[in-house]
This record gives sequence, structure tokens and C-alpha cells, in this order.
Amino acid sequence: MHSLVTIADLEKEKILSLLASAARFEAQPNRKTLDGRVVATLFFEPSTRTRLSFETAANRLGARVIGFSDAATSSSSKGESLKDTIMMVSNYADIIVMRHHLEGAARYASEVSPVPIINAGDGANQHPSQTMLDLYSIQKTQGTLDDLDICLVGDLKYGRTVHSLIMAMRHFHPHFHFVAPTELAMPAEHKLYCREHGIDYDEHTELTQQLIDNSDIIYMTRVQRERFTDLMEYERVKNVYVLRAEQLRHTRDNLRILHPLPRVGEIAYDVDDCPQAYYFQQAKNGLFVRQALICDCLDVES
Amino acid sequence: MKKEELLVAALKNGTVIDHIPSGLVFKIVDLLDLQHEQSSVTIGYNLESEKIGRKGIIKVADRFFSDEEISRLSVTAPNVVLNIIRDYEVVEKKTVVIPDELHGIVRCPNPKCISNNEPMASFFHVINKEERLLKCHYCEKELNV
Repeated sequence: MHSLVTIADLEKEKILSLLASAARFEAQPNRKTLDGRVVATLFFEPSTRTRLSFETAANRLGARVIGFSDAATSSSSKGESLKDTIMMVSNYADIIVMRHHLEGAARYASEVSPVPIINAGDGANQHPSQTMLDLYSIQKTQGTLDDLDICLVGDLKYGRTVHSLIMAMRHFHPHFHFVAPTELAMPAEHKLYCREHGIDYDEHTELTQQLIDNSDIIYMTRVQRERFTDLMEYERVKNVYVLRAEQLRHTRDNLRILHPLPRVGEIAYDVDDCPQAYYFQQAKNGLFVRQALICDCLDVES
Repeated sequence: MKKEELLVAALKNGTVIDHIPSGLVFKIVDLLDLQHEQSSVTIGYNLESEKIGRKGIIKVADRFFSDEEISRLSVTAPNVVLNIIRDYEVVEKKTVVIPDELHGIVRCPNPKCISNNEPMASFFHVINKEERLLKCHYCEKELNV
């Protein structure tokens, strides 16, 4: 049994076998693989989508679910340490899925816990199940993970999903196009990571038609107002990073639009009816990926 | 400087920690936990030094520090020298080597890091010894010291 804290801990072979397992769960999601087991979902920070996805995954595997969805209803509001909460819950559950607002919380929990920990997001740090569902969605829509043109759009400075995606794609020779306003450009450390790992990338400040027409994947992220020091700049850029149906007339046939959701306006609603829109299926894929991750961490055949 | 001009008493056996920047003397006392030392400890500071202007010096009788203990100084005072004294002679000079991992020595600058919010020791990986670049084991933020 083992924990899943960050995508960086996963080798290429491991990623591919988890994706294959997720595909088997998609073909047959309802199983009794974990009949009689207990999965704890500890959400010290609320995240309804992620929690529902994990809890559905556990339920479809036949496990029972315990936990809390908000730190206000847990003993951490009484000042209990994370370690003590983890030690208590590990007396009851076979595996703990946790989300926490503090960075490194999952790593620490995995070091003190006698049962496996799955990181469902630790502050701005890591969210490996999101990355796995992104990979699954890319592989499923493109038929491969190798040699793809991937356009990352929006907040590339604070967006942890794009940073983890770059890390996970290092095994597959991607070509990345980073599209962000100057204030939210890809940080130097991640560009250094790309160069160190031979990942090809270029940078843009506008999502041009040419970029759209030459991409296999467009990964949109939210441009949040609170990230800007200059609100004039926010007003200027917020409309530049909106994707509309009229821009999708001459794309590659295999182009798919991804988004970690929730969106706030960066994808116009008319895109929803385009064949390239894939973000809702992407979220659904999270269920199968999380079934695969839970079984893997428990060393259960799937 | 000749022996008769020594500003502090010579040591028969033990360790002389030399070339300490004056302001860091008590920090080093802290890091090596010398407050609880049983043998005699001589502390001097604001002594004249050709190399660093004014320096501090700590002499600890009958005490020899392990590499692990010395490595605790690597962040605060990387340039100090430890002279190992046996029978009034310097038999070895040890310099501080930055280790691969630092436990409980550096505080993570990220206020949202779990290590600043739980009763636990900090833990850093040294990812570049020349550039003195550390990475927090928990929040994964990098830090230059």
C-alpha cells in the first residue's frame, strides 16, 4: 500500500498503467472490488466537485465512505493538529483522501499515517488526481500522449493544474504554447524545468487564430480578478482570453478544449455545442481515474 | 599572532570554533546547544581579525563535534573553521560542509506551509550546494540561503 502525494513521484510506466486501469473502470464502473472497506474523505477545505468525484468513485467500488466536507465541522476547528486527526481516522478507515488549505499537508500526513493518503489538493501545491484526469482526457481524445501541440491559456502563474500537467507530460515529448497576460506569465522555475527536461515551449500574450488552428489540445484556465494588482490590466485582458465558437471553424479535427472547471467566462457558452468542447466529459473522466487511484494505493487488482 | 598575545586562554584538548562573524556567536551557541555543555566553554567576540574585521571565537574543552553537528552551522555560518586541539596542538581543521538534508534548522518562509502550522520539524532538501538553494520537503517552495 502506498500514498499518492504528487504526480512527480509517478514514473512513466506507472502513469500509463493507471490510465489503462481508468479505461477499464470506464468500461465497467460498478464493481464490488472494495466491498467491506472504508474510505475516509477529509476535506479540511471545501471542494464539492472533488469530494463528490472521490466519494462516487468509492461508492461505485462498493466501499463505505466516512469523513467531513468542511473543517468547521471537524475537530480541527477545536485546534486539533493534522497529525492527531489523521491518526484517529486511520483507526477507522483503510485509506484517507484528504484536501487541505496548507501546502505540504498531504506529504506530512503520508509520513505519519499508517494507511495510504491520497492528496486531493494541498493549497496551491499539488492535486495529482486532477493531473491524472487531464492526462486521461488527452490520451482518450487524441489516441496518444506523444508529440502533441498543447496550448495552455490563462493564468499560468498561479494555476497549479498547468504546472502539474507540464511535469506529467515530460515523458511524452509535448510541444507547449504558453498563452498568458504578462502579469500571469509562466514562472521562470517552470520554464527552467521544461528546458532541463527537454520540453519544447514557446510563449505568447494573445490567443491568436493561428495558435488555435495548430493545436491538438487547448487547456483553458480561469483568469481571476484577485490575481491582478492593476485592475485596468484585468479589464483589458479578461476578454482577450475568452474562447468563442467562431474561433473554432478551421481547427484540426482532433482539437479538444479542456478546462479544470469551474469556468467563469473564459469559455463562451456557444462553445459548449462545438464538437471540440470536452470539459464536461473531462470532469466525468475524473471518476474513473479516481477509481483507479484508490485501487492502486490499496494494492487491489483492477 | 604569537602565543603570548593570545586573547583567550589556550586549550589543552577540545575544539576551537574560529572565524565566526561577531553577530553570530550566540546563534552558534544555540545551534550546538552549548548552553547545556558540562565542560568549560570560553566565548569571545568583537576580537580583531585580519580576515573578517571583527570575529567571534568559541572554545569548548574536551568536546569534539560530529559531522552532523557541524552541518547544523552550514546555513548560519558556512565559513567558520573548527580547529581540533589535542595536547595544545591543532591536529585537524574542519570546515563546514552543507549536508544533503536539513532537519529543523531552517524555517520555511512560506506561511502557508504545513511545517509552520503543525508541531513538527522543518525539512529541506539541498538541491544546489554552490548556489545554496534549498527546497522545502513539504510545500516544495525553493529558498536561497
